[in-house]
Amino acid sequence: MAGSAERREPPRRAAAPAPRRGSLSDGRWRPLEVAFWAGTLAAYFAFPAWHVLGSQILITGLFAVSLDIVLGYAGIVSLGHAAFFGVGAYVAGLLAANGWHEPLSALGAAALAAAVAGYLASFLVVRGTDLTRLTVTLGIGLMLWEAANRASSITGGVDGLSGVTLAPILGRWTFDLRGDVAYAYALVVVFAVFTGVRRIVSSPFGRSLVGIRESSTRMAAIGAPVERRLRAAFTLGAAIAGIAGALIAQTTQFVGIDALSFERSAEVLVMLVLGGAGRLYGGLVGALVFMVAQNGLAGIDPVYWQFWLGCLLVVVVLFFREGILGGAANLAARARGRRR
Amino acid sequence: MSAVLRTAGLSKRWGAFYANRDVSVAFEQGARHALIGPNGAGKTTFIDLLTGTVAPSAGRVYLDGDDITTLAPHRRVKRGIARTFQASTLFPSLTVLESVMLAVCEREGRGGAGWRALASETAASSEALAILDALHLGAESDSTTRTLAYGKQRLLEIALALATRPRMLLLDEPAAGIPAKESVEVLGAIARLPREVTVVFIEHDMDLVFRFAERITVLVAGSVLAEGAPDEIAADPRVREVYLGEIPQGEAPLA
Repeated sequence: MAGSAERREPPRRAAAPAPRRGSLSDGRWRPLEVAFWAGTLAAYFAFPAWHVLGSQILITGLFAVSLDIVLGYAGIVSLGHAAFFGVGAYVAGLLAANGWHEPLSALGAAALAAAVAGYLASFLVVRGTDLTRLTVTLGIGLMLWEAANRASSITGGVDGLSGVTLAPILGRWTFDLRGDVAYAYALVVVFAVFTGVRRIVSSPFGRSLVGIRESSTRMAAIGAPVERRLRAAFTLGAAIAGIAGALIAQTTQFVGIDALSFERSAEVLVMLVLGGAGRLYGGLVGALVFMVAQNGLAGIDPVYWQFWLGCLLVVVVLFFREGILGGAANLAARARGRRR
Repeated sequence: MSAVLRTAGLSKRWGAFYANRDVSVAFEQGARHALIGPNGAGKTTFIDLLTGTVAPSAGRVYLDGDDITTLAPHRRVKRGIARTFQASTLFPSLTVLESVMLAVCEREGRGGAGWRALASETAASSEALAILDALHLGAESDSTTRTLAYGKQRLLEIALALATRPRMLLLDEPAAGIPAKESVEVLGAIARLPREVTVVFIEHDMDLVFRFAERITVLVAGSVLAEGAPDEIAADPRVREVYLGEIPQGEAPLA
């Protein structure tokens, strides 16, 4: 009579209204997460010669996290996410090249501009099906690339925007050639933004995005304004992509037109899928593995490195359909099952 | 007697095919109203039209006398119309508790809150647990929805609908896939809801229909064939013809 035993439980629970935690994420940092961020800090001291690459990995990781909000959580497929990365990069770059040298305010301006661009684009994007969304995002990316190309008197066109000069951060730390300040700056900003994203995805809003991805009909049937939620998610993803773009512009003190390119949109999608979409850390892990492999393979085999990189991607994604983190989670679950 | 929800000449046409044709039905406040009819009679389409999931080709839908024909589905939920789906449409990767909490949060207007964790919504979680307990799902609250047995998923469908605190509950075959004994329990729990809640349900099991319905509408080929109290329907020769004697002879409604 297990059933009747269960039925007697409710009064006890009512007396202690604290929710049982279980699978509900309550916001506490797990040991693996602490280890991950401790690792990014330790890397600063362990690999002093690699600060430039390290800062680019962190920033690209944040860019992939911004796509994760849009794709992994809200389920909106996008082939044009670089549009917002590029908007952020150009806003930060143009400010710095035209007399506004303070970096933090430029970061905010870039986020705002990318958010506005994302909000406007979201009306075109969220209404359609997967295929129309792919096409619309791709089209928006292409249009922005061409606009930046045409406006070469402002953006520098295909030659890129140079003359990006920045004042010291908070008046104290000047960007150096070795990338020491760049790495520290990128780490602080990426960690701060990531902490915000982490809160958001476990909030009612963040969980409702997962609900929409899994059944938008059902979400509407429990009273959720589905399109408005998706527009909010797209805008948020765009704003964070803009921050990532601004960070690249500031740490490299240059904006190439490839910031807006289709290749960048495709590459960030590949990184996210490689790391594991919808898992928060997938973008960071994917960017790390992808860029380290890219860098390492280019060193080992300067001619055919793209072949080996493609090979790595195919193998990982074939064996771990949910990316590196999804595969690791499945293996861990299986190991736990065997121990029991 | 006042109708909470009523339709006037509601039709849904796909090409030359009428899924619903000129359906005018009124659901009285507090009713326990069954929609029956053979497969393909347009019962689910009718519910889709009432909830706004599908837009009608012609006709109007009125809630409390207000025309809601073009109101978006989520706004109808806010006005008190909730439904379940015939095929389970749930959130496979969310837990049972999370799913119901989302519905409670949406009702409370907190569904868009983006900064505090869902887990810290303690009022929502106690309410969600109470709903789950009432449907004997309390022990499953931490299970991921995709791991639930089919029957329990059907119950979760109902839990999600109840979490919106509906005044008008539309159930599309709530007992399908649930073992016979439990299906009586489930429909019993629904029938015992306070009379502020009007219940409309599609059901194929005639024993359940005649046990719980106080009024029955028979749809055939998209149109209303008959409507009345259960004994009237049971005695109606046209209905008997459609159902080839499936309806139990002379059985009086119990509720």
